[in-house]
Parts: sequence; C-alpha cells; structure tokens
Amino acid sequence: MHTNENILTTKKQSASLLALKTAFPYTIPIFAGFWFLGLTYGIYMNVSGFSFWYPFFMSLTIFGGSLEFVVVNLLLGSFNPLQALAMSLMIQARHLFYGISMLDKFKGTGWKKCYLIFGMCDETFSINYSAQIPAQVDRGWFMFWVTVLNQIYWVSGSTIGGLVGSVLTFNTEGLDFAMTALFVVIFLEQWLKEKSHWTALIGLAASVLCLFLFGADDFLIPSMMLILGALTLLRKPLEQKEGASL
Amino acid sequence: MTLSQEIITIAVCALGTMATRFLPFLIFRSDKPTPKYIQYLGKALPAAIFGMLIIYCLKNVNLLAGDHGLAEGIAIAAVIVIHLWKRQMLLSIAVGTIGYMLLKQLVF
Repeated sequence: MHTNENILTTKKQSASLLALKTAFPYTIPIFAGFWFLGLTYGIYMNVSGFSFWYPFFMSLTIFGGSLEFVVVNLLLGSFNPLQALAMSLMIQARHLFYGISMLDKFKGTGWKKCYLIFGMCDETFSINYSAQIPAQVDRGWFMFWVTVLNQIYWVSGSTIGGLVGSVLTFNTEGLDFAMTALFVVIFLEQWLKEKSHWTALIGLAASVLCLFLFGADDFLIPSMMLILGALTLLRKPLEQKEGASL
Repeated sequence: MTLSQEIITIAVCALGTMATRFLPFLIFRSDKPTPKYIQYLGKALPAAIFGMLIIYCLKNVNLLAGDHGLAEGIAIAAVIVIHLWKRQMLLSIAVGTIGYMLLKQLVF
C-alpha cells in the first residue's frame, strides 16, 4: 500500500516521464537535423581555428544556430561588442514574434517557463507551437522536454564537430550551405502552410532590394525596417486576404 | 582578439539573444490581452523573416563574376524539389549541401 505522499511522488514522476515519452518522437527529426547542422557548425569553427570549447559554450549559452555561424566571423574580426550586440539583436529579432505567439501557451508552466523562453530556438518553437499534445500529458513538461532534448542534440552535435574537425581530411568547402538549405526548407514549410504568399514575397523582395541598395554588410537593418513598414501599411488588405490563415 | 574579448563577444551575443526571447514576456504580461497589432505581426512576420534569412545566406554571391551564382541556384532548386517530393527536412538539407559541395569543389 502507498501512503498519500508516495502516491503524490509517483504521480509527479510519471507525469514527467509520460511527457518525456510523448515528446521524444517529436524531436527525432530535430536530432538528425541538429546533429548534421551542429557537426557542420562545429567543424566550421574548428577549421576556422577554434577549439571545441567554443562551439560547446556558444551552443550552451546562445543556442541559436544562425547567429552562432555569424559569430564565427565576428570572432575572426576585430573586437566590436556593439556590432556583436546589434548583429545578435537583428538576427534574433524574429524570436520576439515567437515569444508573442507563445504568450498564452507558456502560461501556468511554473519554474519551467524561464527555461522554455531561454531555449526557444526556431525548431523548438515550431514543435511547441504546433504539436497536438494529448490531454493526459502535462503540457509544461512536454514543452520542457522538447526544449531540453533539442538543446542536448545541438550542444553535443556542435561539440563533436569541434572535436572531429581536426582529424577530418576531406575538403569542407561549401559545407556552410547547410544553413542556407535549412532556411530554404523552413521558408518552404511556411509557404506551404499559408494560403496567400504576400508576406513571404515581401520578405524576399525587401531583402533583395536592400541588399542591392545597401550592400552585403549593411542590408539587414534596412530590410527589417522595410518589412515591418510594409506589413504595417498593408495590414488591412493582408488581413482581409489571408483571413483565417493569418 | 584576446580570450577575454572573445568571451565578451560571445556573452553579448547570448545576452542579445535572451533579450529577443524574453522581451515579449516582460512587455505583454499574461494578465493582459495582447494588442491586436502585435498579434497580427506575430502571424505575418515569420514568412517574411525566413525569406530575409535566405537572402542573408546568399548575400556574398556574386552574380556578375565566377559561376554567377549558378551553384547556389542549382542547389536551392534541388532542396526545393526534394523537399516538395519527400517533405523530410534532413534529406532535403543533406542532398542540397552535399550537392553544393560537389558543385563547388568539382564543377565550378
């Protein structure tokens, strides 16, 4: 016979365990993707002359693939923390909108909420935002395990890449295309999900225009401002056009 | 860069990232409804931002010299075709990247 206390403890353990079992299958594609991209990133750091400690700590603290690739270039340049801050705010600004989308979903998750926000990368956000979590599974624990598992995949992948990069003898030219391919796939998924493609086209057109006008080094901030301005001006027609999908 | 300058650079990037992740939760407290304009932006922005990130990756491609961006064009087309066909993120990325590496190293 269990005492009441024992039953409570068992219930708590099984809630977290059940959530882990439910969350794991959702993260398998991310495991594959993160190991491939993480290894690529770790190798990229290694061939750029950094030890595996760099990808390890950067993946642990920044936990944002696209920025981590960019930071390699920042570390190779001259010391400019203001530029680094501006770069990270610009590249990561999209998280503002993930946060806005998760305001409701993170409600009532207690102490886990802090980590859920900390670890909200593109892929973790996508799963936690879209997953149909069964009623008997604790939502907070489910999202917590998705975040933990994804970060474990990313940190281990990039660290291993940093370790084996030095023993690799094959030509790695072009390996950084994995990041381009990742964004093409995410863009495509978004495209297939939406009925109307105006916002996607605005993003592409504004960026190409600003790249042409401002050049490769300075086009990101103008692009974001142009996108924000266009979406604000076109709010009425876009909301009408896309209706339920927007 | 010295080691401490590298640590500061990485810390600043981690802080910048955290700012973008935590800010909405600090501004729009859970006890108040989110403004309609912010709700609209949250839905309209992702597609535009992903488009921008693709262009960001391609920003150093020179259309006027070298292979005129042909390797990137072929590899991206391959990613799109394979992804529309199989809808497997890893497969699309792997084929595109390996294809691009082969094009860059052996063809162009």
